[in-house]
Amino acid sequence: MANSNLLEIKDLKTSFLTERGLVTAVDGVSFSIKPGETLGVVGESGCGKSVTAASIMRLLNKDSTIYEGEIIYKGKNLLKLSEKEMREIRGNEISIIFQDAMTSLNPVYTIGDQIAESLMIHRKLNKRQAYEEAIEMLRMTGIPAPEKRVHEYPHELSGGMRQRAMIAMALSCRPSLLIADEPTTALDVTIQAQILDLINDLKEELNMSVMMITHDLGVVAEVCTRVVVMYLGQVIEETDVESLFDQPLHPYTKGLLECIPQLEDDRSKRLFTIKGIVPSLDNVPKGCRFAQRCPYVDEQCMSESPDLKEVSQGHKVRCWNYDKISS
Amino acid sequence: MKAYIVTRILSLIPVLLVVAIVAFFLIHLTPGDPAAVMLGSQATPEEVEQLREQLGLNLPLYEQFANWFFGLLQGDFGWSIYYNRPVLTVFLEHLGPTLSLAVLAQAISMVLAIPMGISAARKRGTKIDQIFMALVMLGMAIPSFLMGLFLMQLFALKLKLFPVAGYEPLSSGLWNHLKFMILPATALGIIQTAIIARMTRSSMLDVLSANFIKTAYAKGVKEKIIVYKHALRNAAIPILTVLGQEFGTLIAGAVVTETVFNLPGIGQLVIHAIEKRDYAVIQGTILLAALSYLLVNLIVDLLYGIVDPRVRFGRK
Amino acid sequence: MEINTKGVEHIGSELKSEKFKLLFRRFLFNKLAVVGTVIVILLCLFSIVGPFMTKYGPLDIDPMNRLQPPSADHWFGTDNFGRDLFSRVVHGGRVSLVVGFSAALLTAIIGMIIGLYSSYYRILDHVLMRICDGLIAFPDILLAIAITAILGPNPFNVVIAITIVKVPAMARIVRSAALVVKEQTYIEALKAQGASSWRIIWVHMAPNTISPFLVQMTYVFALSIILEAGLSFLGAGVPAPNPSWGNILYDGKAVIFRAWWMTLFPSIFITLAVLGLNLLGDGLRDLLDPHTSKANKKLK
Repeated sequence: MANSNLLEIKDLKTSFLTERGLVTAVDGVSFSIKPGETLGVVGESGCGKSVTAASIMRLLNKDSTIYEGEIIYKGKNLLKLSEKEMREIRGNEISIIFQDAMTSLNPVYTIGDQIAESLMIHRKLNKRQAYEEAIEMLRMTGIPAPEKRVHEYPHELSGGMRQRAMIAMALSCRPSLLIADEPTTALDVTIQAQILDLINDLKEELNMSVMMITHDLGVVAEVCTRVVVMYLGQVIEETDVESLFDQPLHPYTKGLLECIPQLEDDRSKRLFTIKGIVPSLDNVPKGCRFAQRCPYVDEQCMSESPDLKEVSQGHKVRCWNYDKISS
Repeated sequence: MKAYIVTRILSLIPVLLVVAIVAFFLIHLTPGDPAAVMLGSQATPEEVEQLREQLGLNLPLYEQFANWFFGLLQGDFGWSIYYNRPVLTVFLEHLGPTLSLAVLAQAISMVLAIPMGISAARKRGTKIDQIFMALVMLGMAIPSFLMGLFLMQLFALKLKLFPVAGYEPLSSGLWNHLKFMILPATALGIIQTAIIARMTRSSMLDVLSANFIKTAYAKGVKEKIIVYKHALRNAAIPILTVLGQEFGTLIAGAVVTETVFNLPGIGQLVIHAIEKRDYAVIQGTILLAALSYLLVNLIVDLLYGIVDPRVRFGRK
Repeated sequence: MEINTKGVEHIGSELKSEKFKLLFRRFLFNKLAVVGTVIVILLCLFSIVGPFMTKYGPLDIDPMNRLQPPSADHWFGTDNFGRDLFSRVVHGGRVSLVVGFSAALLTAIIGMIIGLYSSYYRILDHVLMRICDGLIAFPDILLAIAITAILGPNPFNVVIAITIVKVPAMARIVRSAALVVKEQTYIEALKAQGASSWRIIWVHMAPNTISPFLVQMTYVFALSIILEAGLSFLGAGVPAPNPSWGNILYDGKAVIFRAWWMTLFPSIFITLAVLGLNLLGDGLRDLLDPHTSKANKKLK
């Protein structure tokens, strides 16, 4: 079973040393990604989904970050690798694309330079070969006239084109895992769909796995096979995409689903919101982390923290009362 | 790029006009008659009248300005009554020591400041960074002429490594020239180092926290290459800007520092001009200094275009 | 309509006192800023109290005791006229600090007015900013020398000269802060309500420029001290025999071979004053400007 996973995160805990002391942004997260699947990681901003992604790549400031637990990629614990071994993983085995392609591309180099750089590092190509491959990658991501675009600077491209260039860069070394950190949030709705389709197509073509981080359940419905829901640094529910929408178990997941306005809803009705605000990370409540905002809260929730339990095949939830409230 | 250069040069015209007006009217701030002030109290009324005539002070102000301004356009920066030569000639005769001092000081400061600023930024918050920042604060607090006096006392008087003061032109040999220039250039270079190193540090800190740096790490690029290739080129623009802006400080510092070391440069020229009430020289010198400042900043702006493609393509 | 804006202003002032307390507490945390403040206060006290600590006047010539090294009687030694150097340094401190502060204050006031009005009126902006560009092009000390040479060297004219040299930078900084405010919607709303431009500029825009303004004023104070010292050192500032830190150095340079104390003591005071003011300015900036402190937190 374990061997069939491409990536397996076991009890990951990521903490930062800050002026106010140690802040734990990811607290005991476990999940795995199988070859060829698209895993969605969903949650509000600040829930630890991006920190989880950055932990996999070990992109956080090494002086002020403490990692605990294991991140097993193809049998190796990434948290135990040397800096040099880790560099060979980054951009080669595992790639990441970020939300804002404008600021994620270096403004003073052409996109060709930036794509070629990965190829020259990992595949030891010379500059000319790397440029040819860069053009090929741009073509693959659907950029018209790639042999011209390759010499352009990021500011000369449109938002959608920049994200395509970003994808071309991330995929240039044919990674086994692509982490997409809110890749469509900064884009227009029409462009969003194109980029999601592109990621989906390339996933098939290059036979890779995708970890799709998003706060948008629409994106999840469109591309994901399985979903992990995070809240305040913890996984609170994990399931396949069908049961997420059909029978969500955690009150928070239910809340998220009800927040999506439906066309057939009565418009005079107020939009559903989850009451309260997310507690801050340096002041995590005792007991269930969602208790203060949960409509079904009881004594136990306030005092004891629930574990993530597998309640049916492949469906895990972190809630004391999931069975009582699954109406 | 061409359009960028042209707009940049055109935008200089009003500034040049302002510079000319300021330099011109400065002389007319004199309480009383400039001709009388220039000649001092022993002059006879006839002499004063003759000088007024000679300087065109009897003409209406706008006509004086027009004459003077058209003179400027033809390279006529006035006539020094003390040296009895054109101001431009006198200025060029005194330019050598000041230019050499400024260039050496700038070179010293860039060689020291940029690596220092980069390593402080990479080690921000550590002891090294704190020591660095303390040195920078101290360096900025000591005016270059004080530093000059201090270096002179230590290296020339106590250790006798260098001559106390004086000057030999470059034509008398590189070492002969340098042994007079090292102390003043270091004195002037230290404050420049502090300014540039501080800018390098803060500019690098900004860039190192940018998203594209995270992207570069995510591609598996080595940290050294990230710092020197990805970050430094982006950090170069604010550093260049400071270099341009501080050119004025450099010249001003050079003027004062050279009087400490008795270098016969622009500073000496101005001091003598004040003593001799040679107003044309004062006027011409500040005007030429301002023009060179504008020229340096024009060059800096053109360099932006080379460093940053966004400027080259007319977006700022 | 009036009630509307009054209400907003009232809430603003209540928040302000809370905010001020918080800022004060944060200021105390910034050790360097506190050090800077202490240095500046001590120097001020020193130049106020100092003259009463010595029996010698700054102008009392004593030809028998020329160029005496520091001793119990003459703490900082004597100069080439036998004048007590301690007395001259404290009196010189008064002159240098007063000249520096007056220049900073005058620069601040004029810079504020120019900056605010040029941010508000576009045509005025073009004219004033070109004038500033022109003035900035002159190396500061050369322009200041020229001005004092022509107006005559005395402390008042030194203040005028420094002000002319430093106003453009101040105006620029106030202007850019004011432009940010001007773009905000509530200024549009005030205009639509028919608020006078005087009221918009001075009641609504000016307070928002106060942080960069204060920071810059501290720096101008420091620069003025350097500039005054430089001018006097060149013989174009405060005229002899009145002491200022700069012209004590001017006298000291002539006897640098024989009397190190004449250059050392004024140098220490100039450096301390500039260091203290720069630290104070940096502290204020870190405190009042969120951008700079943010840049120090994250790396990757």
